[in-house]
Order: sequence, then C-alpha cells, then structure tokens
Amino acid sequence: MRLTFLLGEIGNGLRRNVSMVVSVVLVTMISMYLLGMGLLAQRQVDTMKDYWYDRVQVSIFLCVDKSLYANCAGSATTQVQRDAVKAQLEQMKPPVKEVFYETQAEAYQRFKNQFRNSPLGEQATERAFADSFRVSLTDASKFDVIASSFQGAPGVGKVQDQKQLLDKFFTFMNVVSWSAIALAVLMVVCAVLLMATTIRQTAFSRRRETGIMRLVGASNYTIQMPFIMETVVAALVGAGLAMVLLYATVRYGIAGYLSTALTDTAFIGVPDVVAIAPWVVGGVVALAVLTSGFTLRRYLRV
Amino acid sequence: MILFDTVTKKYPRTTRPAVDSVSLEVERGEFVFIVGQSGSGKSTLLRLALKEENATSGAVFVAGRELATLPDRKVPQLRREIGTVFQDFRLLPNKTVFQNVAFALQVIGKSRSVIRQTVPETLRIVGLEGKEKRLPHELSGGEQQRVAIARAIVNKPAILLADEPTGNLDPGISLEIVGLLDRINRSGTTMVMATHDLYIVNAFRKRVIELKEGRVVRDDLGGEYNTGDIVMPEWDTRPSLDAVAVGDAAGGAEDSTDLAQAGDSHTGEADGPNSDELVAVGAAGKESKTPRLKRRRGQ
Repeated sequence: MRLTFLLGEIGNGLRRNVSMVVSVVLVTMISMYLLGMGLLAQRQVDTMKDYWYDRVQVSIFLCVDKSLYANCAGSATTQVQRDAVKAQLEQMKPPVKEVFYETQAEAYQRFKNQFRNSPLGEQATERAFADSFRVSLTDASKFDVIASSFQGAPGVGKVQDQKQLLDKFFTFMNVVSWSAIALAVLMVVCAVLLMATTIRQTAFSRRRETGIMRLVGASNYTIQMPFIMETVVAALVGAGLAMVLLYATVRYGIAGYLSTALTDTAFIGVPDVVAIAPWVVGGVVALAVLTSGFTLRRYLRV
Repeated sequence: MILFDTVTKKYPRTTRPAVDSVSLEVERGEFVFIVGQSGSGKSTLLRLALKEENATSGAVFVAGRELATLPDRKVPQLRREIGTVFQDFRLLPNKTVFQNVAFALQVIGKSRSVIRQTVPETLRIVGLEGKEKRLPHELSGGEQQRVAIARAIVNKPAILLADEPTGNLDPGISLEIVGLLDRINRSGTTMVMATHDLYIVNAFRKRVIELKEGRVVRDDLGGEYNTGDIVMPEWDTRPSLDAVAVGDAAGGAEDSTDLAQAGDSHTGEADGPNSDELVAVGAAGKESKTPRLKRRRGQ
C-alpha cells in the first residue's frame, strides 16, 4: 500500500469520525494523566525517601527522674553514664556520622515550636521529654548496630529509629500512589473499551469500503492498517495532551509552588515527567495497536 | 478454471444445504449463466469460488488452487485474479467514477502512474469516457453498473463473477450490460454470471447451469432458461436488436478483439460504437441467433 494512499485514508477516517476520535482522545488523555500522576507519585516517594533517609537520625533517649522507661528504674542518667554513651558513640564513627546532644528543655521547645498551631503544643509538658543523643548515620540501614550497642545500656531509656517512623509515612504514600495507579488502570480499561467500540463502529460504518477492499484482493494489512493508524493517532494525541497536563502540573504546581512553599523536603521536577514520558507514550501506542489489532481480527477478516 | 467437485455447503441452523453435492467445471474463457430461483444456491456458489465461504464438503478449485487448503494470507492473491460484480453495484458514494475504479488498484499497491494509465483505459472500455469526475448518484443505474464492471476488470482478472448484475436494471440496459460482459469474456476473461433473468439468458445463448434447491438440475451449452409461466421473448434472425431501450449506453467500446489490447496499450483511435453496436457485439458470431426482444401484443 502506498504511503500517500494510507495517509489519505487515515485523514478521511479521522475527518468522518470526529466525535468518536475526540472521545478517544479525551479518555486517553484522562487515563494517561492519572497513570502519569500515579507514576510521578511513586517517584515522589522515592525522592522523599532519598532525601529523608539521608537526614534520618537515631535517638538515644536517656533517663529522667521518674522515667517510665523500664531500663531507667525510675532514676535519672548520671553524668558518668552520659559520658560513657557519648564516648562509645564517638568510637563508632563510622557508621556514626554525627552526634548531637539535646536536653529535655531543648526537646520540649522544639516540640512546642513544631506544633505551635496545634493543641498538642499547648498540652505538652516538659516532663514528657528526655535528654537524648541524636545520632545521624552514614547508612540509615545500620540502625541495628546502634540499637544492639545501646539498648539496655546503663542510663539509656530507649533507642528509637526515626526511619521506622518515616517508613510508616512512606508506606502510606505508597498506598496513595498505588491507589492512583489502580484508578488509572481502571481508566485505561475504559480507554481500551472505548477504542474497541470506536473501531467496531468505524469498521461497521466503512463495511462497504472494506468489503470492496476484500473483494479486489487487498491484504489484511492494507484493510486493517488505516483503522489501526487512526486509533494510534487519536491515542497519541490523547497521550500528548496528558503529557502536557503532567508537565504543567509538575512545572507550575510542584516545582513552581510546592517546592518553594515547603522547603524542608524534596520534590519531583520536570525531569521526572520527561523520564516517564516514553513509558506513557509507548504504552499508549502498544495499547492502541493491540486493541485495534484484536478488535479488527474479529471484524475485518479476509 | 473453476472446478466444483461434489461440493456441499450447509449454513449453520439450516435444515437444507444451500449447495448440495454440486459438481461442475468452467473452462478458461467460457461464459456461463448460473440460473435458478431465489434461494437455489447461485450466490453461494459464487461465494464459494471467491472463498468468502468454505465448502462443508467437497473440493473447490479456482485458477489452479484448491480453496480448502489455501491459507488465509493467500486469499487476497486469489481474489486479485477474480473480478466481481453485484446487483447493488457496491460503489463508494463519496468517490468519483475515477476514484471508485482507482480504489481497486490503490488497495493492492499499484503506483500512481499505473493508475493514471489503466483507469481511463478501463473507463473507455466500459463506455464511461468523459464521466470520470461524476459521483455515483449522478449516474444512471446502467452507468453505475458499468463503473462496477470497470472496477472489477481494471486489474485484468482471469475470472469475472457477476451476481445478478442486471437485477436492478431495466431489460434494455440489462442487455447492454450483459453485452459488455460478453465482450469482456471474448477478450479471454472467464465469465460466470448468476441470474434469474430469463430474457438475458435466452438472448445470449451461452452455457446454462440451472440450480434447484442447491442441486444442478441442468447443464446445457447454448441453453435457455424457461420457468414455464413467464411469457418468453421471440427470436428472429436479424443481426441487431431493435426493440431494446438503449438510452443508458454512452458508447465507448470497440470491437471485442480490441478489448484485450485496450487494457495494456490501447491506441485510442476509435471513439467507440453506439449502444446498438455494443449489443450486436454481444451476439457476434451468432448471426442466426441474434437476440431480439419483442413484447407480445398486449403485454
């Protein structure tokens, strides 16, 4: 089949079927936008993990008077015990990267400052806090080394890994992003069904043409190619628009607004949109070809 | 060229086969009328030859191929050797005469130069010269059927199958169309025409295969078709028709011997005969049996 003839047939087909083509474009755009958002959410979680795991600290809480930690037995940590813990931490570089000491008063002030807009900030009392060593690690996964060294040591109430708290947050984020992807998959199913319906309708409306093609000896490829290409073109336009929307969302919504409003965390950027673009566009083309090929196999048999 | 060997075709959910143990052979260059009432199996026979349907049992051979063993990917090649014409013309309403004929070549990948050369030649053969830019609805029924015939022969098929090609046409135009098909046949194309038009069959005196309830009940050379309850035309020995309405034909065809050449390298020296000549060509070589339709008095 000559290229000019093929292009002419594709153009005619798209022109004659404008409303259905527009619906395929829109449904593809929405489903690919949602899918893209799901993929970007996953990348956001990864980006935040990288950012926070670099900053994650292990807290070694010491005992205060009438401490509730079982290891403290109600008495406060002595200066000797405190110095011993500090000396041991200094000897453990690496994996220990840095060590900060935070007093009970400092911890209380930091909490009040963090929750200044919340009733939690007002209700908290200084007694609920303890002196602690804040230990940052060269590798966040080496928490076990610290825990095994200090858990139960004299004067140490509790060893807490912030990573465990973060993991809960990231698990939640993952659930959100997978939910977005699941929703997107539903939309993709809608897009596939709409594509199949459109192709069936187009094939039906052009049955006279395809009937003649079959009779004069046109190959399956020649008969089916215009339908497949029309679907691919409509799906590509939809995917292209989805990518434009994703770009605008990330460029102006995330990189332009969120990352300046919330400076204490890392956000995805335009390069992440570029990174997912080939997958989204390639997926759409594969979907359009498979859907149209499968549908036409039933409806345009030689 | 076409061989049916004890072919039976039974459609699902039917009690009687559409074609029942049919055996027949059509030689290269023959002109055969398949006759019979509606539902007698004429169209099914043509569909089997086109491999639009597969035989339930028996073997169908077309142009040297056994269709039962022909893989799907080779079916298009088979159909390029078969032209088909139908009662309802099956033209594309949004394409011009030229585009309708060219379409048959475009979809099999012929180049633009071949199309530019072949389509006008074919339109001239069928008598549609000068009407290339008309849309189908701007043509009469006879002209539309000529376009359909042009589309069927533009790729120079070895076989031409016509399924009731005159079913939508009045008797005079029908004779012209079959005359055209006859001329195409004389250029070497094997012609199989399904019809229940007794006037046509009796006018051309070709081989007649009659089907009844899917079975061949008659196979006569130069046969007639007489249903027994319809007034038959009379025949005389005059060499041309004088009672046929011929308003449809625009001329455009030379002697049938030119037809074979015209497809390849036509010189275009003739303007083409009028429709009387065209019908006369359809009966050429049969001076004593040139058909002449005559309505009986009072009809």
